[in-house]
Amino acid sequence: MSIIEKQKKEVTIRFAGDSGDGIQLTGSQFTSTTALSGNDLSTFPDYPAEIRAPAGTVAGVSGFQIHFGSKAIHTPGDMCDVLVVMNAAALKANLKFLKPGGIIIANTDGFGKKDLSLARFAPTDTPIKDAKRSGYIVIEIDVTKMTRESLKDTGLPLKDVDRSKNMFVLGVLYWLYSRPLDPTIQFLTRKFAKKPEIAEANIKALNDGFTYAIATELFSERYSVDAAPIEPGTYRNITGNDAIVLGIAAVAKRSEIPVFLGSYPITPASEILQGLSGLKNFGVTTFQAEDEIAAIASAIGASFGGSLGITTSSGPGIALKGEAIGLATMLELPLVIVNVQRAGPSTGLPTKTEQSDLLQAFYGRAGEAPVAILSASSPADCFEVTYEACRIAVEHMIPVMLLTDGYIANGAEPWRLPKIGDLKPIDPRYEKDRENGQDATPFLPYKRDENLVRPWAIPGTKGLAHRIGGLEKEHETGNISYDPDNHQKMTEMREKKRDIIANFIPDQEMDEGSETGKLLVLGWGSTYGSIKSAVFEAREEGLDVSSLHLRYLNPFPKNLEKLLNGFDKILVPEINRGQLSKILRDRYLLPVEGFNRVRGVPLTVSELKEKIVQMYNS
Amino acid sequence: MSTQKTVNGSPTNGNLQAKDFASDQEVRWCPGCGDYTILKQVQNLMPKLGLDPENIVFVAGIGCSSRFPYYMKTYGMHGIHGRAPAIATGLKVARPDLSVWVVTGDGDALSIGGNHVIHMLRRNLDINVLLFNNEIYGLTKGQYSPTSPRGQVTKTSPAGSVDSPFNPLALAIGANASYVARAMDRDPKHLQIMLERSAQHKGTSFLEIYQNCIVFNDGAFSPYTDKTQRDNTSLYLENGQPLLFGADDAFGVRLDGCRPEIVDLRSGKWSKDDLWIHDEQDRNKAWLLTALFDDNSSEGKLPRPFGVFLAEDRPTYEELVKQQIAAAIERKGEGDLESLLTGEETWTVKG
Repeated sequence: MSIIEKQKKEVTIRFAGDSGDGIQLTGSQFTSTTALSGNDLSTFPDYPAEIRAPAGTVAGVSGFQIHFGSKAIHTPGDMCDVLVVMNAAALKANLKFLKPGGIIIANTDGFGKKDLSLARFAPTDTPIKDAKRSGYIVIEIDVTKMTRESLKDTGLPLKDVDRSKNMFVLGVLYWLYSRPLDPTIQFLTRKFAKKPEIAEANIKALNDGFTYAIATELFSERYSVDAAPIEPGTYRNITGNDAIVLGIAAVAKRSEIPVFLGSYPITPASEILQGLSGLKNFGVTTFQAEDEIAAIASAIGASFGGSLGITTSSGPGIALKGEAIGLATMLELPLVIVNVQRAGPSTGLPTKTEQSDLLQAFYGRAGEAPVAILSASSPADCFEVTYEACRIAVEHMIPVMLLTDGYIANGAEPWRLPKIGDLKPIDPRYEKDRENGQDATPFLPYKRDENLVRPWAIPGTKGLAHRIGGLEKEHETGNISYDPDNHQKMTEMREKKRDIIANFIPDQEMDEGSETGKLLVLGWGSTYGSIKSAVFEAREEGLDVSSLHLRYLNPFPKNLEKLLNGFDKILVPEINRGQLSKILRDRYLLPVEGFNRVRGVPLTVSELKEKIVQMYNS
Repeated sequence: MSTQKTVNGSPTNGNLQAKDFASDQEVRWCPGCGDYTILKQVQNLMPKLGLDPENIVFVAGIGCSSRFPYYMKTYGMHGIHGRAPAIATGLKVARPDLSVWVVTGDGDALSIGGNHVIHMLRRNLDINVLLFNNEIYGLTKGQYSPTSPRGQVTKTSPAGSVDSPFNPLALAIGANASYVARAMDRDPKHLQIMLERSAQHKGTSFLEIYQNCIVFNDGAFSPYTDKTQRDNTSLYLENGQPLLFGADDAFGVRLDGCRPEIVDLRSGKWSKDDLWIHDEQDRNKAWLLTALFDDNSSEGKLPRPFGVFLAEDRPTYEELVKQQIAAAIERKGEGDLESLLTGEETWTVKG
């Protein structure tokens, strides 16, 4: 039988299996190899919520999806072309993500009586047969048997042999998508440098999987995906949380301002604290606090001492920090608050994604407490936005809230490495020693510059000893003041100081399409990829749709109002109940329409495109 | 870092006096408040620290006592309710060179901020904590506090409080504090000694100061401050010395196993050699000492100790943090941003 070679523009593969099956490693190896092959790509891991759910159950299924292509890729893909399942539970949990007529690669050893029962199939159920009947192409491989056969001469215990199953499957997929084996062979050699026998076993399983796919003519087609037109440069793969870690480290190194991270572990933000804890030689001090409040309070204390205080959390933690954020607005010290948003109020869906803390970021504090708000649109974007949030906090002596979410925190994409010299310098407002020490003219801690920014007078500086606090400040002196006019003035100044930041951020640029027209699709945060792809598809079909994506949410870029006024209709897709829509209507009195879903998952390109087409034609 | 200064070497404040540490702000506590004495004693202490005012920071939460930083001509922060220990922790970790003081009250430290207090104590940052205990909420005008005795009638406990109060020093030792001590506003001389000892201790020094709230809880500590009673109720601790109290040291405390009991030295049955000898290094004994917590409003009770209960040497949190950073730099060198950003695996797309 001859095998047909086909070119594909884009492919989505989903790997699924038990938590112990090495799914994440398989996925990340496929990702690395794909990146090295020059494709554009986007990935998303789908971890089980439970740390160690019983093996073989649906709750214990771990997934990993990769979308790659010879064109620009902006999302991990709505539905997959290929679903790899290591057991019955994985099929049960993931069949809904497979396109009609798609390929299932099933490890038949994971479909025994016990596996069916653990996955809550009836003993008489035949899920593989059913899938075939539903029009899916099912490739059955007894991976366990094949791997044991492959490694029978290694002398390794069966437990270690079975752990190489994922490499056998990876070998099969590498053949199917015409990928080289070398990058993974090199990885395995590095990873198991101290256990060469394990490295060899994994490499053999990988090779044998590849050969098995040829020898057994499992597939009637084989695919190749050409390199994508990608901006030249050096790339690495990165998750959103890791990009924040690197952004903070870059601030510490570039600005020479000591950085202090006070944080309390919370899903899905913990990786930032973990990552920075390992970078002690980069001028970052980390402090795992006793709770969310102590985390931010310690960051404020560090900022008072001349460090850049940062705290990282998720929505419920940010709620606890609210009072301290208010204190920071009164103290007018630099502070960065990272909110890796998750789904729902209270504990909600901690491992799922949502954008529903935007109103909390805008308004969720006692009194008039203005903060600056930025958002990241993709995993790689987190680096630059983090750097920018820190720059604004330091140069404007203000708390800055940075919004990301679980989707971009855990998702990964290629990141073009920045040139360190291109990172803007950060200029701290440290006030200098007064030569005459305490006898000099009284220091005015709340005397502002032309941008309403007060000096950063840190303990240890001669002649500047002063007291600050949460009580209303008298203009300039910073003394306690209950004067009504002073409170009015200071309230307005704090807000104006935040609004002046608009003079120090770039104008809003269009993402797709022209600056005026019939329909504008406007988004913020992690919906970027879905919006970009949906708008691109609509434009390919001849619809003159434009899109823009906001990074700066408060203040908005100065030219935003003008851009919005250039369109007949504005669509704002969000993973919430319409929070940015509300703000835009309030700010610009425009009839903004929302597209809102809160299912804990990213918006799909197809549902969004459908909405765009419908709105465009109505 | 260029932003940090050390206070090592000889201090330059040789000529400073207490008044040089008083800010220009009008002090706004009620006339007769115990806070005035404490403020005066702290200002008296300041020149003895040998530090320039700019190297000292007072951090407070919310409450009457927490206004304290405004009255000190040093750096200061009046924070939010209960969070001063957390603010001070961040400050001290970031700036180990500074002398950091936390001024707090019984509500601020033991109610809303209880969590931060216990964690600060176990971590043992080199911070001096002054807990003004007046057994009442003063700034909110007279509700019972976590140290108010059971049965106390206040605005929110008209039938008497049913809460069991905290024993603050037992709590502190339970939280693994390295230093705990007790003083009172009405004995300024002893208070001065305690403040000095607290300042000298390397680690979190937890000094509870009985402070009279003249408006909402006047006389709460009169058994220990009233001239006619205090000899028989107050026991002043001296390291290495037996536990003695009463006029002419007529009474002592001995340990019957783990149980403290009062003995009358005039009876001829007991001598000073039989008494409990105070040892500030002994955590077990310090723990037992905190149990001397009888209600002394009636006679014949175990006296209330004043002085240093425990002063234990152990590494401070910020020292350990600093050591880890130094070790990381020693091991890996100063972080190289370029290689950090590059990571382990990259690929190059050519133009």
